[in-house]
Amino acid sequence: MPELGKYAEAVLSSYAISLGLIAVLIVASIIRSRRVKAQLEEVETRRKPNGQV
Amino acid sequence: MNLNALWEYANPLKFMRTTERVLPYVTALAVVFFVGGLVWGFFFTPDDYRQGSTVKIFYIHVPAAMMAINIWAMMLITSLVWIVRRHHVSALAARAAAPIGATMTLIALITGAIWGQPMWGTWWAWDPRLTSFLILFLFYLGYMALWAAIENDDTAADLTSVLCLVGSVFAILSRYAVNFWNQGLHQGASLSLDKEENVADVFWYPALVCIAGFMLLFVALVIIRTNTEIRARRMRALLARERLGA
Repeated sequence: MPELGKYAEAVLSSYAISLGLIAVLIVASIIRSRRVKAQLEEVETRRKPNGQV
Repeated sequence: MNLNALWEYANPLKFMRTTERVLPYVTALAVVFFVGGLVWGFFFTPDDYRQGSTVKIFYIHVPAAMMAINIWAMMLITSLVWIVRRHHVSALAARAAAPIGATMTLIALITGAIWGQPMWGTWWAWDPRLTSFLILFLFYLGYMALWAAIENDDTAADLTSVLCLVGSVFAILSRYAVNFWNQGLHQGASLSLDKEENVADVFWYPALVCIAGFMLLFVALVIIRTNTEIRARRMRALLARERLGA
């Protein structure tokens, strides 16, 4: 860990908040992507007559 | 190079097939540059003789602020493509990019405030660049809210494209406010192609790696999110047909 001196709180909080926001964005994007993909597959399967692939 | 070939990607299937092939490579590069740049900047660069260790905030603040403006510029281009050529993929790409741009703007505002408190003695000042960045953030929120509020995709794309054109004034102001007004607390560009204005190489090289990391992260995320929007649009169309009994 580098010596951050009297500004340690400012530097560490900047990194923590920024990386936290980016992590939320990545996780939310992946979760929504998977959910929409599954929902679309379900709708497409439902619309195919007699289980046709 | 045949530029007309680019229009082939207006076909959602072609766009999704191609982007899903390149996504693993873009993601791998994004991880390498993003993590590498931040680790280099945080652990292996010295303190600045005036700013002390707060100079390390620069490796997040500057790339985030650059991306906040560049993402709006990308949204402007794709919105114009929608207005002129009515390609759904371009409108959906703009929609997909907005939350990423809003996050980058918020990061730039927060890290700027945290850096400003010890360096300027205040968290916030109604300085031209800070104010135009705050307005840009509000435009991002308004843009996302407008998409969410309108049920018809084409109407939403039309109205948000117009909002994007209007918001572009503030994206330009955010970039050039310091030059236009030449007042306020915020300094001019820290990174420039003119070597005389640049920060020292020891800060400059890791900053470049961080900027590349943020750009690649944006590309990876915008691919994932655009493909999600394309699928969501198709699903809405299929459900609408079901409701009509087709």
